Order: sequence, then structure tokens, then C-alpha cells
Amino acid sequence: MADEQKPGGSDPPLPGGGDPPKPPAKPVPPKPAAAPPKPPATMAAVPWDSDLARDLKEHFAAEIAETSSYLGQNFLVVKPEAAIPVLEYLRLEADFDYLVDITAVDWPKRADRFDLVYVVYSFSRNERVRIKTYIADGYQPPTAVGVHLTANWLEREVFDMFGISFAGHPDMRRILMPEEWQGSPLRKDYGILQQDDRWVRENLGIESGQ
Amino acid sequence: MPDTTFLDSTELVLNMGPQHPSTHGVLRVILKLDGEKVLGTDCVIGYLHRGVEKIAENRTYAQFNPYVDRMDYVAAVSNGLGYCLAVEKLLNVEAPPRAQAIRVIITELNRIASHLVWLGTHALDIGAITPVFYCLREREEALKIIEKYCGARLTTHAFRIGGLQYETYDGFEKECEAFCNWFAPKVDEYEELLSNNRIWLGRMRGVGVLNADECKEYGVTGPVLRASGVKWDLRKAQPYSGYEKYDFEIPTRENGDTYDRYIVRMQEMRQSARIVRQAAASIPDGPIMAKVGKVIKPPVGEAYVSIEAAKGELGYYVVSDGSTQPYRVRVRPPSFVNLQALDRMVRGGLIADVVAIIGTLDIVLGEIDR
Repeated sequence: MADEQKPGGSDPPLPGGGDPPKPPAKPVPPKPAAAPPKPPATMAAVPWDSDLARDLKEHFAAEIAETSSYLGQNFLVVKPEAAIPVLEYLRLEADFDYLVDITAVDWPKRADRFDLVYVVYSFSRNERVRIKTYIADGYQPPTAVGVHLTANWLEREVFDMFGISFAGHPDMRRILMPEEWQGSPLRKDYGILQQDDRWVRENLGIESGQ
Repeated sequence: MPDTTFLDSTELVLNMGPQHPSTHGVLRVILKLDGEKVLGTDCVIGYLHRGVEKIAENRTYAQFNPYVDRMDYVAAVSNGLGYCLAVEKLLNVEAPPRAQAIRVIITELNRIASHLVWLGTHALDIGAITPVFYCLREREEALKIIEKYCGARLTTHAFRIGGLQYETYDGFEKECEAFCNWFAPKVDEYEELLSNNRIWLGRMRGVGVLNADECKEYGVTGPVLRASGVKWDLRKAQPYSGYEKYDFEIPTRENGDTYDRYIVRMQEMRQSARIVRQAAASIPDGPIMAKVGKVIKPPVGEAYVSIEAAKGELGYYVVSDGSTQPYRVRVRPPSFVNLQALDRMVRGGLIADVVAIIGTLDIVLGEIDR
């Protein structure tokens, strides 16, 4: 995807030498072009049937769109507003006291562009659940810091990499990239050779980092 | 005149790093101090950010495999294992038993090597200069086995998706066994040097306490969690790669201070040696590669697979869109999440303890910044 859009830009053809995959570079571009149209819905997930899933469905009703299982891993698809209440419910009622990870996946062609994914684990049940929610670009999901303190840095990383800003986050700053950097590197429309030229010029004193 | 200004000022902001020997890489910590007391911290990270997750989206599954070694380069083998297991999960295949046993041996040897680097540098930070030489000497022996097996000491690329590329060399089992026999008394030697050393105890007892609830709150895993009394290890809780076949214990301690984390890691090295010995004695015969095909093309789907790396839970969330390249690879690095607890651990303590606490967290910046 990114490889493909790059040739349109002005930079990448010049540094061609810095691009590692020499032989596979040719067969690769056609594939990503064919792949993105496939929505994640084609994932061969099966319904997840358990006490917990029933419980959640009963408690949240229409807020939970899907309780499924793929390769033995259980996940919920919930409405964006319901993500935090579900996390809270899982923590208080079902003992899911460890927030493992928060991350996002970019699907640029979809109306609700991002998957926002929370992974939680329960020590007492030895069980892992993923909570997924689909959000549009520009939507500000509420922060999970009030439920799990771990969310602080994890959400900062999502903000840094995807430009998803969390409402109510105590410290919404970039975490890995420089603070003044422009662009969200893990979005699919951000090319792999793309960079913030202005930042590089001003801070490193060179024309290009490539 | 300067004296009055000095006495008047109560708060001082001090910058530590990114070029500082005790930050184990390029970590920058901004400390807010009142005299020697730490009032708060702000970690600045990202100096080693290479965009590993972005690179993954532009490589095939097999091409990305060597990149993961560059994250936690002290225990590179674990990274490779986690990634291979995640892709195998998506492909719905399992490595053959022989490959699994060899994977366990190499991974545990690497865990020992990783803990030795931690012990050496941690002791060095606190002022005990001797152990680092011993630690690196012993680590070299573990790395020699890994090097002989796959040709590299650190960034090994030891495993392949679906199993292994290389058969073991002649005498592999014997060398592993010999290493374990030779290594076990060495741990006692380190303990003799340190465990009852008055300075060591003074610098570590009651320093950087993190209790079990705080650990869970901050998502802290690995030896840090176990030192707080939580008996949780993914190798036992959700066994992978055949760990359920081996007899080993999860060392835990109660106080959750720097000293307990030291004891836990020391015992973990013994347990790792125990696993290596058992695995080396019973490597099953058979193929070392599952049937995965020349082109790795998992069906559309996603999987989160995590393993117990030397630092804690290392997770890979891989999304496939049915093509030959991963659509998204998210790495959940233990060091990144553990480092977040630094602020809680140093707050109210002394500035000299910051060094001890960074050491006891056992972070690797390559993994934090990715």
C-alpha cells in the first residue's frame, strides 16, 4: 500500500539504494492493492458462547455488536461509546484486572476508519479477551486511564502513531516520535520512506534522512 | 548571595540521559527534585525508534522475521519465538515436537544470557564492579551454543515460521548439558558475592517497592510482578512451545522491592538451566519444519499471541488481510509497559535509588522504542 503510493511523491525514487527488498519489490506492489478491499468481516470467526459472553450481552444489549472467537481467541466488537464501560464492567464484575495492550489498525477505505483494540487478561480466570471498536477518523474515543493506569502510555502511542486523540487523557502527547513531528506514521497513507522533511532540516541540519 | 538563592530554591529539575551509563541505552529521565528526594519523573523515549511496526507492513511474513531480533537485542531469540508463534497461530499450524524442544533450549539459554547482562550491569550501576566480568564470561558460553547452532550471537534469527531451518549440530545436547552443569554453581558464586553483601542489601532492601495491586494496575509483568508475590508466568499459565512438558518452578517473593527482584531473577536462571537440562535430555526425533509452504499467506484474520520473555509478557498482535504481507503487526513490549511504573517506584525516594530502580526494571531501549 505505502510502497505504491510513494512513487507519486518526489522523494523516494532518489534513495532507491536504501530500499532493502530488491528482488521481492516487484511482485509485492500488486498484492497490497488487491488486499485492502477485503473487509475484516471475511475473517472466519465463530460465535463465542460462554457465560461471560451471555452476561455481557445481557448487560450491554445493543452496545455489543458481536461476541466472536477466532482461532480460539475471544473478542467483542462494541460501539465506540461502550468500550470504556465494557472495560470497567470486565474489570469489576469479571476480574479482568490486567490491561495488556491498546492498539489500532488502519483501514483507510472503510467509513469507520480505525479498529481500536483493547486486550485484557484476568489472572484469576487465566483468560484473555479482545475488545474491538470501529471508530471514524477524527472521533475522540474516551480514555481508559480511569479504569487501568497502563492505558496512559499505550494510548499515547496510539495517538503518536495513528493520530487518534483520546478525550480526557491526562497527558496526550507524542511518545516515540519527536513532539513537533507532523504526520501519523502508522496510517496506511503514510509512506514507508516518508518523513517530516521540515523537522529533519530544522533539527538535524540535513536535507533528508533518507 | 548565591547561598541564599540556593537555600530558597526547594525544587530542582535535573536531566538524566539520554547519554548516561546507568540508563541502559538512550533513556532520558527528567527528574523533579527536592534536595535528594525525587518528587516526580518524566521519561523521554523514542531515540531508537525505527518504525519496526511500519516495516512489518512492507515486508513479507518471512522477511520481517529477522527484524524482530533488533527489538530486545539482549534476548533476541524470545522475540523471534513470539513472532513465529503468532504467525503460526494465524496459519493454524504448530511446529513439530523436535523443533519445539530445540526452541525451548535456545530460548532458555538466551533467557540466562539476558539475566546475566541484567545482573552484571545492575551490579555495576550500584557499585559492585566484580560481577559484571563473571556474568559476561558465563554469558559468552551460553552465546557460544547459540552461535554454533545458528551462526549468530545476538541477532540470531534462530527460528523460522513453522519450525526451524537448522538441525542441531553434533554434540548439541551434550554441550547444553555440560553448560548447565557448569553454570549452576556459578549462580551460587554470584549469590555469595552479593546476596549478603551489606552495601548490596543497603542499596536494595525496601527500594522501589511495587506491590501486587500496583503491578497489575500498571500492567507490569515478568520478574517484577513475580517479586511482588504474584505467581504468574505465561510458560505455566498458557504454555506454548511444549513448556508444559518440563518440570520447573515459578520463583516468587513477597516484598516487591529491588532486592526481591534480584532474588527472583537469580532463581529464574537456575530454573532456566533446569529446563535446558530436561529439554536437552529428551529432544524427540522427527522433522523440524511443519508444512507451511514456500509462500506464507495466512487467511484473513487476526491473532494475539504472547510469550514469557526475559522481561515479561511479550505479545504480538498480527492482522492478516490474506496477502503475503502482514496488514499490521503490533508488538506489545514488556519493557515499554514496565517502564511506565518507574514514576511510581521512584517517587518519594532518593535520587541515587533512581539508578538502582532503572536497573531492576531490566529495560532494553531497543524494545521500548522499536
